[in-house]
Amino acid sequence: MDHLLSLVVFTPLVGMLLLLLIPGSNKQLIRYWANFVGLLGFVVSLPLMTGFNKGQAGYQFYEHADWIPSIGATYTIGIDGISLLLVLLTTFMGFISILCSWSAIQDRVKEYYAMFLLLQVGMLGVFVSLDFFLFYMFWELVLIPMYFIIGIWGGERKLYAAIKFFLYTAAGSVLMLLGILLLYFQYRAQFGVYTFEIAKLMNTTMPLDIQRWVFWALFLGFAVKVPMFPFHTWLPDAHTEAPTAGSVILAGVLLKMGTYGFIRFSLPLLPKASIDPFIVQVLAVLSIIGIIYGAMVSLMQKDWKKLVAYSSVSHLGFCTLGIFAMTPNGLTGSVIQQINHGLSTGMLFLVVGVIYERRHTREIAEYGGLAKVMPNYAVVFAIAMLSSAGLPMLNGFIGEFTILAGVFEINKLWAGLASSGVILAAAYLLWLYQRTMLGKVTNPKNEGLKDLNLREWAIFTPMIALCFWIGLYPKPLFDVLEKPVAQIVERVRPGYLQQQQQKLEAPIPAAAVLVEPRPAGHAQ
Amino acid sequence: MNFLDSIWLIPLFPLMGALIMLLFGRRLPNSVVRFICPGTIGFSFLLSVGAVIQLSSTAEKSHEFIQWFWMPAIKADWGFLLDPLSSVMILVVTGIGFLIHVYATGYMAHEGGFYRFFGYLNLFVFFMLILVLANNYLLLFVGWEGVGLCSYLLIGFYFEKKSASDAGMKAFIVNRIGDAAFILGMLYMFGLTGSVRFTQVAAWFESHHLPAETAAWGMLSTIALLFFIGATGKSAQFPLYVWLPDAMEGPTPVSALIHAATMVTAGVYMVARSHVLFELTPMTSEIVAVVGGFTAIFAASIGLVQNDIKRVLAYSTVSQLGFMFLAAGVGAYWVAVFHLVTHAFFKALLFLGAGSVIHGMSGEQDMRHMGGLKKYMPTTHWTMFIATLAISGIPGLAGFFSKDEILAQVYGSAHGSKALYVVGITTALMTSFYMWRLMYMTFYGTARSHVHAHESPKSMTVPLQVLAVGSVLAGWLAVPKLFGPVGFHTFSDWLEHYFGAEHGGHDIPELALTSLSVLAAVLGIWIASRIYLKVWDGPLYRALLNKWYVDEIYNYLFVNGLVKGGAKWMFWVDRNVLDGGVNGAGWMTRTVSTLAMWWDTWIVDGLVRFTAFTVKVAGYPARLIETGQVQTYALGFFIGVLALLGYFMAR
Repeated sequence: MDHLLSLVVFTPLVGMLLLLLIPGSNKQLIRYWANFVGLLGFVVSLPLMTGFNKGQAGYQFYEHADWIPSIGATYTIGIDGISLLLVLLTTFMGFISILCSWSAIQDRVKEYYAMFLLLQVGMLGVFVSLDFFLFYMFWELVLIPMYFIIGIWGGERKLYAAIKFFLYTAAGSVLMLLGILLLYFQYRAQFGVYTFEIAKLMNTTMPLDIQRWVFWALFLGFAVKVPMFPFHTWLPDAHTEAPTAGSVILAGVLLKMGTYGFIRFSLPLLPKASIDPFIVQVLAVLSIIGIIYGAMVSLMQKDWKKLVAYSSVSHLGFCTLGIFAMTPNGLTGSVIQQINHGLSTGMLFLVVGVIYERRHTREIAEYGGLAKVMPNYAVVFAIAMLSSAGLPMLNGFIGEFTILAGVFEINKLWAGLASSGVILAAAYLLWLYQRTMLGKVTNPKNEGLKDLNLREWAIFTPMIALCFWIGLYPKPLFDVLEKPVAQIVERVRPGYLQQQQQKLEAPIPAAAVLVEPRPAGHAQ
Repeated sequence: MNFLDSIWLIPLFPLMGALIMLLFGRRLPNSVVRFICPGTIGFSFLLSVGAVIQLSSTAEKSHEFIQWFWMPAIKADWGFLLDPLSSVMILVVTGIGFLIHVYATGYMAHEGGFYRFFGYLNLFVFFMLILVLANNYLLLFVGWEGVGLCSYLLIGFYFEKKSASDAGMKAFIVNRIGDAAFILGMLYMFGLTGSVRFTQVAAWFESHHLPAETAAWGMLSTIALLFFIGATGKSAQFPLYVWLPDAMEGPTPVSALIHAATMVTAGVYMVARSHVLFELTPMTSEIVAVVGGFTAIFAASIGLVQNDIKRVLAYSTVSQLGFMFLAAGVGAYWVAVFHLVTHAFFKALLFLGAGSVIHGMSGEQDMRHMGGLKKYMPTTHWTMFIATLAISGIPGLAGFFSKDEILAQVYGSAHGSKALYVVGITTALMTSFYMWRLMYMTFYGTARSHVHAHESPKSMTVPLQVLAVGSVLAGWLAVPKLFGPVGFHTFSDWLEHYFGAEHGGHDIPELALTSLSVLAAVLGIWIASRIYLKVWDGPLYRALLNKWYVDEIYNYLFVNGLVKGGAKWMFWVDRNVLDGGVNGAGWMTRTVSTLAMWWDTWIVDGLVRFTAFTVKVAGYPARLIETGQVQTYALGFFIGVLALLGYFMAR
């Protein structure tokens, strides 16, 4: 099908429009319909996976149409391996979040699902757009439904969190827009026509200092979204106040828009700035601070959800560090870790959601000994925790390890510092687990809690299966990512790939002979 | 049947057992569980025996089997390697593992969560087999982390007990410190050799003829050191040993299997596996030997005064692992592995015996409340007696052969040293003392409590008896050269296929050394028999009793100081500086907006309204006329018309 990608992007929109026709009082029908659309969105995206040719470089499922010719805006969409994975993540996590809202949302059900489906369109649009104008439109589209989801269906401080989320990210986006426009006018100055198409903008040759300006402008937009230290403070509030599904989709997909932005736009469009030693150092250091700092702050949280939120800062630090290593392993690992973070942190938020629905509190001290009352829940939580802590055979390990491998090639110190995040992750997660799940049931309110129900199993089972699958057989992910990543690396570090290849095949690597020849007579 | 190509089945059986237990175990009766779980390990043992026999008849004594290409990032596959080293390990893991499983069916019979316990235990054996059968470092690391996880789960098996879950957490986190180093070492190794597969790495080292890093600290030394740091975590060496004594919170079969016989020896295995690397890095090897020696004597010193029967054994394990590293550090890898094997027998036996005592004493672990148990628990007594003879190094038993060989190598090998020998022999003396102190306090003298002790059931005592036989015979696999032609050297010959022939020829005064170690053992027994109940109330005694205050120091410096302190500070920064900045920006915006609103209302809009006011004032006279009433206008119009008419007519 020629318009498969458009179909994937706009299925939720059509679903939403039809949803609006259902009378708001018929909550059950609305739920069924929204869940159906969510599932449909996922099913429709599956042919992308089967039809994707991993051996082919460049974009696939490409669609192109003129939109506003006077300013050079087009409707250009297409995916490569990187966006393919993120699109699949989005359709999957979108369905999961819709499914997990079934009993959690009781007011304004119709508006809620409409917002979610709209959000879905925005996120998918971001990952498939190959035109900056279109991208920016989708990018901003995401903000609005998310703002309402937090602001209407959130917790006690929902308005504060929603407004903070909106303003903070919007401020970043505006600066990003300035960067886009700078690039846009640079192109116009060189080629005499206006265009927002990424492929064409790639041909712009810019002096380093202009590239730097554009880079920092885009950086602010993306860094706030990721969020990178020190732009992360909106995240704990937004996560804590958002309804469960909101947190899941926020952590699972929304944050990846930032990291995706770096990979898709910053690196290929601004190769010289991206490799600029100062910029690389600043970004790597911010990422490493994010890893350690996010983990340390997690340790101190008394609020279950906030703890998971700060752990996101730490995990996303790994993702950005992998990106700025700009090596094949770094980038590949980063994308895989983005998927993994979506799954494992998504699961951790779902775990909080399950208990929140039963007890309506997120205070860690309120719990303890839940493993006795809810044994199945304890197992699911344990798997989510271990996947997040990067235990081998589960997904998190594959991502983190690949990132570390990629970073190690460039800077051993960075890899060393980042690896401390692995230790701290075990600390804050195990401590959380101990305080909530282990010990005796001390709080009488926890005594009669019900274990996972069928719908909750239906949510967790596929996620757990994916975690194991990625942990045991990640090769398909690597295969899909190989070409696009190689392309980016080749653009940013020309010759690097070849050099690595030669190094591995060389008979005696120069680096191996580090030591002085041993003094004569000093026999072994 | 071709066992060699079926080695992947060896770990698969325990995995299936674990899955059955963890998925359906709750619905299975205990009688089925106690049949399935030891059964899977028994199958694995038989497969292992078959595979090892077939391996021994092959020419190259090494068989690699690759299942799938697993991790593209560092080209690691999911594959297994059976060679002399791993064959020794799988036999120990499945053989002793089987006995401990059988024992546990008796020991855990009255505990809740029977299926869960066996599920974890089977899972542990699965990961342990992955660890020792892996054909590359990354897959080894899978097993490495997996056994750590199972150790966490099993230490915290009584999860309602805070001390148990604390101990589990401590074990996991301390191990993670070593793991981080191990990961970095692996990445270094890949960066250097382009592979993490054992056979390829070894081939690379062979083909590149690298000089040993004797003169300067180089890349190889760094890799070796990172690996060793990983090993200190898993094998409980100084300074990362602190988790092992606490791990005794777990059920006793767990202590025997995981924290004595198998998992904790993973570090030794890994160092032996990397022997090519360590041989090239004498300085790191020296660190290994020194750390091993120090840990041996340090842990033994703490063991001298402990009163909890399992704690004594835990410190003894730390100390014995130190011996193994001592051997590896001086380049005697096969001896390290040899001691690993003999230790697995007698230490598993000691733990299981201690478990039997605890079982018989209805949960009592404090030796001060025991005594005179010999008559109530005869089988437990005589099996533990043999194990204690073995660990003290009495000739003819397993521990004698391996420990004596270690001491001989430390004394005489090219990398050995006399100082380390003194440390080793002193430790041997201390070992003999604390072990006999344990025996005396437990089995001899008069009963010091009124608990009615009883002998354990058959399912527990039979494994004890089998292990007791092993604790005698295992040593005879490698008889010292002192006994020359009478002995046989099956074990060392077998491992020579892997480690290469020993660079023999150094003059070791074996007879003198052997006599000295025997003397140390006997002296230890004698001292123990004199003073086993004595308590000296001095600073040294208190320091020993408090384990040299290491836990307190770690808590002060790292747990509360660095981590919690740092975390608190960072959270403060986060809330007040970073988020303070964001909220400050919000406040600024609101303030400026308020000002702007004032300006807008009073100045900008004021100007507009002032203009309006001016117009209004100026227009006021006109308003008087502009009434809006048509009649008035009509009247005005009429008057106007009349006036105009009048004017024109008057003119």
